[in-house]
Amino acid sequence: MALTREQIAGIAALARLELSAQEIPVYQESLSSILEFVGALDACDTADVVPMAHPLADMSQRLRPDVVTEEDRRDLYQANAPLTAAGLYLVPKVIE
Amino acid sequence: MADFHSSTLTQLAADLRARRFSSVELVSALLARIERHQGALNAFISVTRDAALAVARSADRELAAGSGGALTGVPIAHKDLFCTAGVRTSCGSRMLDNFVSPYDATVVARLKRAGAVMVGKTNMDEFAMGSSNETSYYGPARNPWNPALVPGGSSGGSAAAVAARLVPGATATDTGGSIRQPAALCGITGMKPTYGRVSRYGMVAFASSLDQGGVLTVSAADAALMLREMAGFDAADSTSVDTPVPDYVAALAAPLAGLKIGLLKEFFDEGLDRDNEQRVREALRVFEGLGASLREVSLPHLPLSVPVYYVVAPAECSANLARYDGVRFGHRCDSPRDLNDMYRRSRGEGFGAEVKRRVMTGTYVLSAGYYDAYYLKAQRVRALINADFIRAFQSVDVLMGPTTPTPAFAIGAKTADPITMYLNDIYTIGANLAGLPAVSVPCGFVQNLPVGLQIVGPHFSEARVLNAAHAFQRVTDWHTRIPRGYA
Repeated sequence: MALTREQIAGIAALARLELSAQEIPVYQESLSSILEFVGALDACDTADVVPMAHPLADMSQRLRPDVVTEEDRRDLYQANAPLTAAGLYLVPKVIE
Repeated sequence: MADFHSSTLTQLAADLRARRFSSVELVSALLARIERHQGALNAFISVTRDAALAVARSADRELAAGSGGALTGVPIAHKDLFCTAGVRTSCGSRMLDNFVSPYDATVVARLKRAGAVMVGKTNMDEFAMGSSNETSYYGPARNPWNPALVPGGSSGGSAAAVAARLVPGATATDTGGSIRQPAALCGITGMKPTYGRVSRYGMVAFASSLDQGGVLTVSAADAALMLREMAGFDAADSTSVDTPVPDYVAALAAPLAGLKIGLLKEFFDEGLDRDNEQRVREALRVFEGLGASLREVSLPHLPLSVPVYYVVAPAECSANLARYDGVRFGHRCDSPRDLNDMYRRSRGEGFGAEVKRRVMTGTYVLSAGYYDAYYLKAQRVRALINADFIRAFQSVDVLMGPTTPTPAFAIGAKTADPITMYLNDIYTIGANLAGLPAVSVPCGFVQNLPVGLQIVGPHFSEARVLNAAHAFQRVTDWHTRIPRGYA
């Protein structure tokens, strides 16, 4: 199936990706061809087949006691942050 | 000692213990080799010279005291997707160009505990999305057999480094073939364990139901040694499996007589290069000579594994890569107008073209109205592929076939059309979808380029798969061939 320019712009907005005007037709073409390619799955009869989310589907997920196990390493973690002040992450103003 | 580099990881570990040379001598020699060949191969993103020499000095003290682990003093490299405390972990992306990990991945910590000396972080496709190492922000790594060709991907830097004997072993990860395909294209051994066998804690996530850490080494015996030190339960990874790790090294010597090998019929398809097929069939005759029996096995849904993968992997990727928001770590754009502008431009600038393509594909197949048609449909077909494998393993012990359709291809040859690139993983993706252990071993050459044989086993049969690979390598010498200029 062929995707329109508007659809690509919509997907990019959902994915929070800024695309240039030159990039849009590139992804229009490649995403359309990928969707056509994966369309081969339609021909496969999957009635009554339970979807497989991951290879350990037969195993149950472990739970651990709800207790604090991590020490405070805020300064170390914030060393990678683009912008912090007083132990807080700074972002553009959200609420006017 | 001028011939450190022609020795195997197993031999180097033994020689260090016997104190035939020091870790400082060994590490210094290989660091010099890395420096000499980095310009031609671009196998490394970071070289950690000073830290490596410091660890080597302390390894020498342990060796002198007769203490230490199985890998004490042995130099290795980590794919730049494994978090390394205090060392830049870029994942091949501009997004993480400045990211210095605050902690070690479990794999890194375990290899450290075993005594291994990290000499650097290897080049890779951006966020492990690629089959040629060409999507790396740091430029493509090159194939030591011919620098005009790709080393494969996504673990291309690790494969090139081991093939050129810059390190005797390197960590790698495999989401759709990213260990086995570069192993085949570079003429080395590559092992992807069972999903859940090796902790994913500290591995930068791409597609969490498929990602698995493993090794690239010269021989299956080396892979067994490294994997034994890496594998095992880890409470920090919720999908880590709590079953004992067998001694893969001790299991290597078991005889192969009676081994039932299934030839994967669907792998000998029209896409398989005829010369490549010939080398694989010759390898299968070697197994017959070792007392194994062959029978053809059909997995009818396997040809759908690439379409399944290109729904499931992008879907998981789009969810995993949502964390790169320019807030806590990673690239942030200059002077954002507002929060949304910051998200969009940080991600638009930080991610390369293939990563954006997969994020958008995943966003689309998970979006309202398309989830059932694409994502759920793919997960249903995945269940059928998994059932095919389970059925096959009721009548055979292992499955064999080619690792890739062709030997290494030229840099730039497949970048124009993503589907052409994706089809390079046609024989490797099945094992990821079903979570099975699989190894690629060198089995010959086509026009002076190495070709890989793939061996796939049932869940948690790493010992059996490595045993079969080792038995093959005891009677063949393909894995010992070193590319011209690196011998």
